[in-house]
Amino acid sequence: MKSGSNLEKILKAGHFAFTGELGPPRGTGVDEVKHKASFLKGMVDSVNITDNQTAVVRMSSWAASLIVLQEGLEPNYQMVCRDRNRLAMQSDILGAYTLGIRNMLCLSGDHQKFGDHPQAKGVFDIDSMQLIAMVKKMRDEGKFLGGTDIEHPPKIFIGAAANPFADPFEWRVHRLAKKVAAGVDFIQTQCIYNMEKFRNFIKLANDMGLTEKVYILAGVTPMKSVGMARYMKAKVPGMDVPDEIIKRLQGVEKTKVADEGIKIACEQIEEFKELKGVAGVHLMAIEWEHKVPEIAKRAKVLPRPVMD
Amino acid sequence: MIVAKRKPFEEIKHFLKGYKKVLNVGCGTCVAVCLAGGEKEVSVLNAELDMARKIDDNPIEISGITIERQCDREYLEVLDAKVGEYEALLSMACGAGIQFLAERYPNIPVFPAVDTTFIGVNQAVGWYEERCRSCSSCVLGQTGGICPVTLCAKGLYNGPCGGTNKGSCEIDSNQPCAWYMIYERLKGQGRLECILEITPANDWQNQTPRTVIQPGYSKPETAGK
Repeated sequence: MKSGSNLEKILKAGHFAFTGELGPPRGTGVDEVKHKASFLKGMVDSVNITDNQTAVVRMSSWAASLIVLQEGLEPNYQMVCRDRNRLAMQSDILGAYTLGIRNMLCLSGDHQKFGDHPQAKGVFDIDSMQLIAMVKKMRDEGKFLGGTDIEHPPKIFIGAAANPFADPFEWRVHRLAKKVAAGVDFIQTQCIYNMEKFRNFIKLANDMGLTEKVYILAGVTPMKSVGMARYMKAKVPGMDVPDEIIKRLQGVEKTKVADEGIKIACEQIEEFKELKGVAGVHLMAIEWEHKVPEIAKRAKVLPRPVMD
Repeated sequence: MIVAKRKPFEEIKHFLKGYKKVLNVGCGTCVAVCLAGGEKEVSVLNAELDMARKIDDNPIEISGITIERQCDREYLEVLDAKVGEYEALLSMACGAGIQFLAERYPNIPVFPAVDTTFIGVNQAVGWYEERCRSCSSCVLGQTGGICPVTLCAKGLYNGPCGGTNKGSCEIDSNQPCAWYMIYERLKGQGRLECILEITPANDWQNQTPRTVIQPGYSKPETAGK
């Protein structure tokens, strides 16, 4: 075991993993975190705690991770390269591990231009690839990036993102290969809507032997409305929403659109369970945490395995 | 070259509020080429200042001189005999030139008339684009001659990130993705292997003031004066 986290145990045992996501509040509302966590408990193996997502200031990812941990859920602590230099990152990793955090997701981060402080100086001292390598070095060599020894090194299960849909498509699998070479243990992908493109991506990853070296969790976000689908297609960079998805949502009564979105997500999850190279699903039910129990049930991923 | 743009007129006017006799020093190199601080720009700014101060009923005696380079001691020398006549100096050189001027005449206030913007190229007359952040550790050999430090909005060394959108950057659809361009160029040259290896964390060398002494040279005794 590299970290002994629940997520690592689930994946290592060969179970189909199911992870969720929780966005920290724009303030100090601990009850809001607990309320969202209550819907996820027992439904997911680990929950991603986002780090100032879309470059909007929120409660720190490590603090919300600790609240979630106290609520009996395993956090997957997200860290972006936008807001911290290598000193701050390493000290946060030490602190997070010390207080019980065992999974991390290493990300570049959305550009600060999108957020609520577009005047900010973006740090980007290191990039997501270099962050993966740094956490691995801390864990496996017991050394800081600067080379000095760490007393009681942090044992982190290292995650990263992959976007199979951003350009150039042919390069995406090579970028995945670089993340594997950097030392990533698991990958959570961008929200998948274009299944054909995703199948091609996974096939390439299988052919290159990458899926034997890294656990890939397929990203799923149920569409709540036609408007959401249109917005994601037109406005979210690197998102690929085929017209069939929009047409299918348009084809049902207005009151049934959200249900159809969940239906599509469940069909995807059923396919991922059978798809070689996919080790689980990462469900990003954005501000829809209360729907996770229903989605988990309908996707037939319950009960979640209990590991020792 | 170093590209600059003139500061807003009101800001320049505010700097000079309390001075009645000012010398505006232009620079004949980079800022002249990018149409920000050469001879022509010195005379235009002086005419504007002269007129504005007359309207304010607070006339200013403003002269202009444009020297070859303000970042070179050899060319600053011609000012030695003149500056004593003035209460303040305005400089239209880049930030380096302004500082070198201020360093030479420490008893005279020196004000900037331009904002130094970047090291860039001349795409067309009056149109300049940034190309270099002078990071001190050039990676252009591996990146097909396209700088990710400057042209990637996140300065990624192992891009492209997941925000690449049909070849453009996530920050703006009019901004090409540097890593998309790097990929395309290296693919065309059959050199994609250049970016298959992980580039390790950068050794940032631009975090303290840098000095370069070329081989065979040493710091001159007269440095600083």
